[in-house]
Amino acid sequence: MLNRLRRLMGIGWMAVGIMSGYYLLVSQAIPKFQSGQAADKIPALIYAFILTPLIVGSFLIFGYYALKGEYDQPE
Amino acid sequence: MLSSQKGQKGLVSVITASSVGTLIEWYDFYIFGSLAAIIATKFFPAGNPTLALLSTLATFAAGFVVRPFGALFFGRLGDLVGRKYTFLLTLVLMGLSTFLIGCVPDYSTIGYLAPVLVLLLRLLQGLALGGEYGGAATYVAEHAPVGERGFWTSWIQTTATIGLFLSLLVIITVKGNMSSTDFAAWGWRIPFWLSIVMVGISILIRLRMQESPLFVAAKKSGQISSHPLRDSFTKKYNFKFVLLALLGATMGQGVVWYTGQFYALSFIQNTLKVEVAQASQLIMWALLFATPFFIFFGWLSDRVGRKWIMLIGMLLAIVCYRPIYASMYETGLVAGGGTIPAVLVLDSASFWKLVALVFVQVFFVTMVYGPIAAFLVELFPTAIRYTSMSLPYHVGNGIFGGLLPAIATYLSTKATAANEIAIQKGLPTPYNQPYLEGLWYPIIIASISFVIGAFYIHATTQQSKKNA
Repeated sequence: MLNRLRRLMGIGWMAVGIMSGYYLLVSQAIPKFQSGQAADKIPALIYAFILTPLIVGSFLIFGYYALKGEYDQPE
Repeated sequence: MLSSQKGQKGLVSVITASSVGTLIEWYDFYIFGSLAAIIATKFFPAGNPTLALLSTLATFAAGFVVRPFGALFFGRLGDLVGRKYTFLLTLVLMGLSTFLIGCVPDYSTIGYLAPVLVLLLRLLQGLALGGEYGGAATYVAEHAPVGERGFWTSWIQTTATIGLFLSLLVIITVKGNMSSTDFAAWGWRIPFWLSIVMVGISILIRLRMQESPLFVAAKKSGQISSHPLRDSFTKKYNFKFVLLALLGATMGQGVVWYTGQFYALSFIQNTLKVEVAQASQLIMWALLFATPFFIFFGWLSDRVGRKWIMLIGMLLAIVCYRPIYASMYETGLVAGGGTIPAVLVLDSASFWKLVALVFVQVFFVTMVYGPIAAFLVELFPTAIRYTSMSLPYHVGNGIFGGLLPAIATYLSTKATAANEIAIQKGLPTPYNQPYLEGLWYPIIIASISFVIGAFYIHATTQQSKKNA
């Protein structure tokens, strides 16, 4: 029962990854790219090309593993 | 492992050597942050876009990018050549970088070379910090008896908080013993110079220590990984635990840690406008009262398990953050006579009430952070332990924790702006307490981490026993 729940929640973690990516790009990276200030360029690049892939990737892979039953436990 | 009385004495030496060095590394890392305002005037004067770019790079890159990179670089080295020499190297790197920051002539003397040098030295600091913590925690845990790892590694866990405490104390002491003009001119360099003395002592202590017994045994039996990075992150059996450690533990721990210590300080200084020295003193008292609980919860985790202590700490933080910060705001209002003035000087009652409210937040930090080194160490086998535990720790703290100021500020600024627009249009304001909106970031991140930890960390029990 718990293992089935762990697997189903895997879909949720993948969704969290996608939502995090959307939030980081739309609310953090894009406004900084568009601000026109030199000092905003570095954070924008870090958000877009380091933080977002890392966070999104972690949730997607974790969710996929969970869905595949990699975190199942003997019940 | 050391279990006899002689061994116990040896273990105290191991803890001392590891903790003092790690504490100094945290001290070095924090004095840059604590003196950021004055460093900006010396190396990154306002009005110059190139300097602003370098300044932002120093802030973002050291915290976000370089720390995890340092975890990978030194973690790999530690799993290949040993823990002792690797975390000795990180200490030397950190000590020299810090000392040299204190020696760099300012922008008005050598021009662009000054900010470039400071940026490079700051990046080296981040790199060294990324390698230090995992090494120290692994080194202590591998000396400790299996059932006492929580207690012994909790001493390492106190170092980040004591390092912050020490940095504030040194700065306040130096400031208090010279005029503000002298401090601004050259006195700010003293905390950086002091580092070389402390690092020198720590190196002497660490040089006398032996290599980790588990690493030596693994090396003798040929069980050392020749490709720790590949084994940690490309083999699903280990990588799934790296992800679990990150999302179910260090991500939540990172935001609880940053909220309880840095966001609290920022809120007191920027929202309540409490005078800077008083705000630092207030945080110092709270840190002082709460620090023993790191040891307590580390010890307790050896008896009742690590998982639920960490998760209950996260849950308490999730539930209590908004009431705590609302109460902090009320306290500021009362002290300011119904408004928040430009500079707020607290009376004794308000001061101690704020100390208590920050203490509660640091208490949550001790629950989440106290047992986490032992938890991480036990999650991975000796051959890839340094590499595997360092990365989730520094991603959780450096990235999820490090994002807190930017995202929390964005959320509260957005709420304040929405209220202002509503007032201009004669509409009711959408946010009753806009100053609390920034808290949604740590609350949401800690909630996700809590759910993942609660449902999936159970799966590590078998793994932990196997790696003991």
